[in-house]
Amino acid sequence: MNYYKIVIIDYNMGNLASIANMIKKIGYNCIITSDTKEILKANKLILPGVGSFDYGINNLKSLGIYDIIIKKVLDEKSPILGICLGMQILTEGSEEGTEKGFGFIKGFAKKFSFTDDKLKVPHIGWNTVNIKKSSKLFKDMERQENRFYFVHSYAVKCYDEKDILTTTFYGYEFVSSFEKENIIGVQFHPEKSHKFGMQLLKNFIEEY
Amino acid sequence: MLKTRIIPVLLMKNRGLYKGIQFKNHKYVGDPINTVRIFNEKEVDELIIFDIEASLKDKPIDFEYLEIVVSEAFMPIGYGGGIKSVEDAKKLFKIGIEKVILNTYAVLNFNLVKDLVEAFGSQSIVFCLDVKRTFWGKRVFIKSGTTKTKYTPLELVKIMEDLGVGEIIVNSIDMDGTFKGYDLDLIREIAKNLKIPVIASGGAGSIQDFKKAKDAGAHACAAGSMFVFHMPHRAVVISYPKYEDLVKLLGE
Repeated sequence: MNYYKIVIIDYNMGNLASIANMIKKIGYNCIITSDTKEILKANKLILPGVGSFDYGINNLKSLGIYDIIIKKVLDEKSPILGICLGMQILTEGSEEGTEKGFGFIKGFAKKFSFTDDKLKVPHIGWNTVNIKKSSKLFKDMERQENRFYFVHSYAVKCYDEKDILTTTFYGYEFVSSFEKENIIGVQFHPEKSHKFGMQLLKNFIEEY
Repeated sequence: MLKTRIIPVLLMKNRGLYKGIQFKNHKYVGDPINTVRIFNEKEVDELIIFDIEASLKDKPIDFEYLEIVVSEAFMPIGYGGGIKSVEDAKKLFKIGIEKVILNTYAVLNFNLVKDLVEAFGSQSIVFCLDVKRTFWGKRVFIKSGTTKTKYTPLELVKIMEDLGVGEIIVNSIDMDGTFKGYDLDLIREIAKNLKIPVIASGGAGSIQDFKKAKDAGAHACAAGSMFVFHMPHRAVVISYPKYEDLVKLLGE
């Protein structure tokens, strides 16, 4: 078992045990922490998140983690995987709140809004992803149909199309994941997407 | 991608898994955590866990244990059993449960359903209808099938739909654990009269029953005994059909 110093950032937004358990199942070690010293030592960061945008940003700031993430991501180029709200926080902001996101990715989270009553918000359930560019995140997954579990009311609009990694159809093709250098964001929950989540997390750990 | 969800149902009491026939004679079938891990391996998209004693014996929800079970599950979980308040539901969502499923306390207090829908949204609130044949026809039962109510199935599901519930599990106590197939008449009647999704439950014996339930109007199928026992001797074996077989049978 290789030791990659994988840190799951705990900023009081959601349940993190499943992510840690899935990583352990793949055969790697990881820690869940809000300790800035531990986050600084990490090789890789996972930024999860369930809840509201401003609440998330404010928690990161009050825990002293916000600036550490900027240092790790921009200075040290540590790979970071944002999940769900975590993905949205990596962008410039969200319609849901007034706080600014990190802005690592040029984009903004917008609420799903449908004139058709048939499509409910939030988007909940399993859905397939369409891979738009070649990426190590989907290594050995390119030739299969990939589905993941989604629960969200907001989706990121990427201003630079080159950052789009996958799209998913829900009323329209929305960005279900983005990737730019060491910065990755997935709107779905790998930790609730059994084999697909495991393959993706394994790739994140081994290929970045 | 498979559009008709096929959902294993696990019945829990005292941190053990049990399975009965027609809600009686429950036999121990295994440890919930190990069983969840097996379902992870079998790439199950969704799981339902019921605590079958919580309402019956007025026991508190075992949040501590559930949190451990949820942390081992690599798929979303719906939980039912003894949910009495918005606070209960809040705690369940906090430990990672995706949907809360109500039966007894929803029937005893319609305002509870209204409050839950308002607090958390329709999509996370499910109502489970337990139906048994009586002298006067099919009636709704609560408290793990021990207490008869005055409601017919259709009457009650319409009330629940109007209260904003997101989905209905239609469960036949008579067919439960029998492997003889779902109560298709019941499913057909409910699905025809509701706009919200219907999950068929009670009696599934083979993958063909899923097709029949789908044709009767079900959006999803739940099964307990079928995934936990191997017939004819009810040997405890955890199983689940291959995804490709489900797609072939039920279409995308």
